[in-house]
Amino acid sequence: MKFTLKLWRQKGRTEPGAFETRVVEGVSEDMSFLEMLDKMNNEIEAAKDGVEPFAFDSDCREGICGTCSMVIGGRPHGPGELSTTCQIYMREFKDGETITVEPFRAAAFPVLRDSVVDRSAFDRIIGAGGYVSTNTGGAPDANALPISKADAELAMDAAQCIGCGACVAVCKNASAMLFTSAKVSHLVSLPQGKVERTPRVLAMVKQMDQEGFGNCTNEGECEAVCPKGISISHIARMNREYVRAKLFGA
Amino acid sequence: MTTLDAKIPSGPMAQKWSNHRFNLKLVNPANKRKYDIIVVGTGLAGAGAAASLGELGYNVLSLCFQDSARRAHSIAAQGGINAAKNYQNDGDSVHRLFYDTVKGGDYRAREANVHRLAEISVNIIDQCVSQGVPFAREYGGLLSNRSFGGAQVSRTFYARGQTGQQLLLGAYQALMRQVKAGSVKLKTRCEMLDVVIIDGHAKGIITRDLVTGTIERYSADAVCLATGGYANAFFLSTNAMGCNVSATHRAYKRGAFFANPCYTQIHPTCIPVSGEHQSKLTLMSESLRNDGRVWVPKKKGDTRAASLIPDAEREYFLEERYPAFGNLVPRDVASRAAKTVCDDGRGVGPGGYGVYLDFRDVIKRDGREKVAAKYGNLFDIYHEITAESAYEVPMRIYPAPHYTMGGLWVDYNLMSTIPGLFVLGEANFSDHGANRLGASALMQGLADGFFVIPYTIGGYLAEQKPRQYDTQHAAFDDAEREVTAKLDRLLAVKGDKPVDEFHKRLGRLMWDHCGMARNEAGLKGLLQEIPKLRDQFWQQVNVKGSKGSLNQNLERAGRVADFLEFGELMALDALERRESCGGHFREEFQAEDGEAKRDDENFCHVSAWQYQGDTTKPELHKEPLTFEEVKLTQRSYK
Ligand SMILES: Cc1cc2nc3c(=O)[nH]c(=O)nc-3n(C[C@H](O)[C@H](O)[C@H](O)COP(=O)(O)OP(=O)(O)OC[C@H]3O[C@@H](n4cnc5c(N)ncnc54)[C@H](O)[C@@H]3O)c2cc1C
Ligand code: FES
Repeated sequence: MKFTLKLWRQKGRTEPGAFETRVVEGVSEDMSFLEMLDKMNNEIEAAKDGVEPFAFDSDCREGICGTCSMVIGGRPHGPGELSTTCQIYMREFKDGETITVEPFRAAAFPVLRDSVVDRSAFDRIIGAGGYVSTNTGGAPDANALPISKADAELAMDAAQCIGCGACVAVCKNASAMLFTSAKVSHLVSLPQGKVERTPRVLAMVKQMDQEGFGNCTNEGECEAVCPKGISISHIARMNREYVRAKLFGA
Repeated sequence: MTTLDAKIPSGPMAQKWSNHRFNLKLVNPANKRKYDIIVVGTGLAGAGAAASLGELGYNVLSLCFQDSARRAHSIAAQGGINAAKNYQNDGDSVHRLFYDTVKGGDYRAREANVHRLAEISVNIIDQCVSQGVPFAREYGGLLSNRSFGGAQVSRTFYARGQTGQQLLLGAYQALMRQVKAGSVKLKTRCEMLDVVIIDGHAKGIITRDLVTGTIERYSADAVCLATGGYANAFFLSTNAMGCNVSATHRAYKRGAFFANPCYTQIHPTCIPVSGEHQSKLTLMSESLRNDGRVWVPKKKGDTRAASLIPDAEREYFLEERYPAFGNLVPRDVASRAAKTVCDDGRGVGPGGYGVYLDFRDVIKRDGREKVAAKYGNLFDIYHEITAESAYEVPMRIYPAPHYTMGGLWVDYNLMSTIPGLFVLGEANFSDHGANRLGASALMQGLADGFFVIPYTIGGYLAEQKPRQYDTQHAAFDDAEREVTAKLDRLLAVKGDKPVDEFHKRLGRLMWDHCGMARNEAGLKGLLQEIPKLRDQFWQQVNVKGSKGSLNQNLERAGRVADFLEFGELMALDALERRESCGGHFREEFQAEDGEAKRDDENFCHVSAWQYQGDTTKPELHKEPLTFEEVKLTQRSYK
């Protein structure tokens, strides 16, 4: 197979970027999209010229670490449903196709190089309150507090978020509501997390706003593009938590 | 050769750890903030350690090379975590977990460490639940367990197929809480490139900021390495792309002994290699072996479709060879058996290196729906990668490098042979002997990070004056100079070959001669080939760009350069260990039935290697292993 790639090239955070066109030949349909890029980069590395390999993030290459992050053909994580960039295979494209490859774009995700972006805003949102304040050592026996299977499953549904940022990249408002609400919802589903529900939701939402993420206008695109299928019902839940916290305080 | 002192506390096995904790010196609470500790790595071991040490009041610097602490490789663990809770009332106990781990490791682990691990396992589950880790539960609300990796009790806790993810997020959240509180400073996209030793003690590190390329110096009163395993020495493995040996290898070159580098685990159930382009291998959970039946055609070169091969012409080789455990034999045994039938020309799929894992019978028995409920997500992953449906045709699997039991040598306190340098998690060698049991790595990482290092590091620091040195010390100048020189050297080669080519070639050599089966001639040949390949790398590689910016080409080149040195140490260790044990199978040392043959008389020890310079053979030191509680026997799964 042969493809024409339109790659977003940008040297650094403050430098201007532009598309560069490259043709990749000899691609097998069993290659993953990232292996196709590896092949291209190997060719760039072997050439004695000043062209540098295309920078992209990836680590686990099995859809769980949330590192890979590219907009492929206009869609965050590309054509697949419920999959990350690293889970896309070339058999999903037509031979000869032109494919654009861009970074996840959002004001709160500055581009560092080519498709590599800075998503540390997500870490700061978690740091603002996305945890249970329990120190190592003092925990009671794990079975001392039964938790209904339904609550545990609900918590797990939300906790599956891999923090990739596709929800932000697809949203016209670059909103981080799906990401933030998944953590709020995970923790408030469990008795351990209920204790701090009020300060948590207030602090996390405040941090989210400070980072420059936009508001949610219920487009629902985040859910559609989420590789883990996190439901927007968590956003509704976070909104309720937020109103509750504002109205009733602690 | 010196005999290494593991500093194992005296007294009865079950009391060693509690006695030791009592005897360890303490750092006064008000003094803790005067001590700086660096923790490299944010996997279960590193994030657990940084968070716990921060909670205690120490001043912690935590770093990782990924863009977020939450993306450490621990995130990818699927199956579960063991703990001796005996919630199922099926006869589990601390002693049984201890016993199973020592036996599973083929009697090459230190008893006292393993016992401590089994004791702590119960605290880990309590801690994780209190952090909000959503483990699977029963309808009554209590925690659910499953049996895993051939264990005869149900002691594995899990969160769907994403146990590592949920445990790591728990530890990461605890870490971010400390970052917010100011006790931990976190640097992501930052790679440690050297340890700084002053007056024989580890007192800092040199790093490269992976965004700006800036070389930075950090001083500390103690340094903890929790940098994971080195299975990527094989290029193709189930490990994440960034997993590397650099941090531990550089520490080795600064004087930390490296223990048992030849102990590597090859996991039996991975998706086979499909072609040259492949960048990594994907694990299919071991749980599939509970219902899937492993077979190959009896006839060599039988290319008929699986469905056209009648039962009489299939060899269910695990069930036939190991009637007691069948398809559930330990990983090393299952992997080797698959290799044997493929070497015999009976492998399936392109290239002939694959065996069938067949669900036909369970689908017939339980129905497709029930099978889908249990394994649906795994079948989906398999389909995504191979475009084949495991409901219709058997899966093809083949063993792949997965985990490394070897690592930097540490004593009972997790301190390496360099005072002040501690090593945690997969990066150390301590608890799994020659083979690790399923669901025990997560347990060890969290044990080291949450419950061991917070005590043992205090014992060291209590004897150190805080902040004795700063980054102006000449040792930092020297280390930084060396780090910069190496980066410049990589950039200066300007050959015409990509970095991956050398990594692939090294991987192939390691896999062929230091993989599932090893022999003297192969290993000797390997020891000739690696230096040649290394020379070619330094003459032919092309590393583009500069060191002063985000440069993934340079990052990869640095890691591969280290693997090209480290591979030799793996081969040397494998050559020296003239016995078969656990994951280390020497073809010359096997019983008549082809099973591994240990030599307890001559090899019941830990091999720890001391660096002697780039061109001199490293020196071997031995730590004898003594067994008080468990009787050494030949493992049998028949
Ligand atoms: C696919 C897969 C499935 C698994 N499933 C299970 C399972 O079900 N149960 C089980 O018990 N075990 C399982 N394991 C094994 C287990 O996941 C690992 O052994 C364990 O998570 C290792 O944790 P760690 O904290 O030691 O290291 P890691 O999680 O590997 O973390 C290493 C850290 O070190 C950092 N680092 C490394 N080098 C540097 C450097 N030079 N500079 C700066 N930072 C650096 C990285 O950024 C990272 O943060 C699995 C492994 C794999 C590959
Ligand atoms: S690389 Fe880990 S999710 Fe894609």
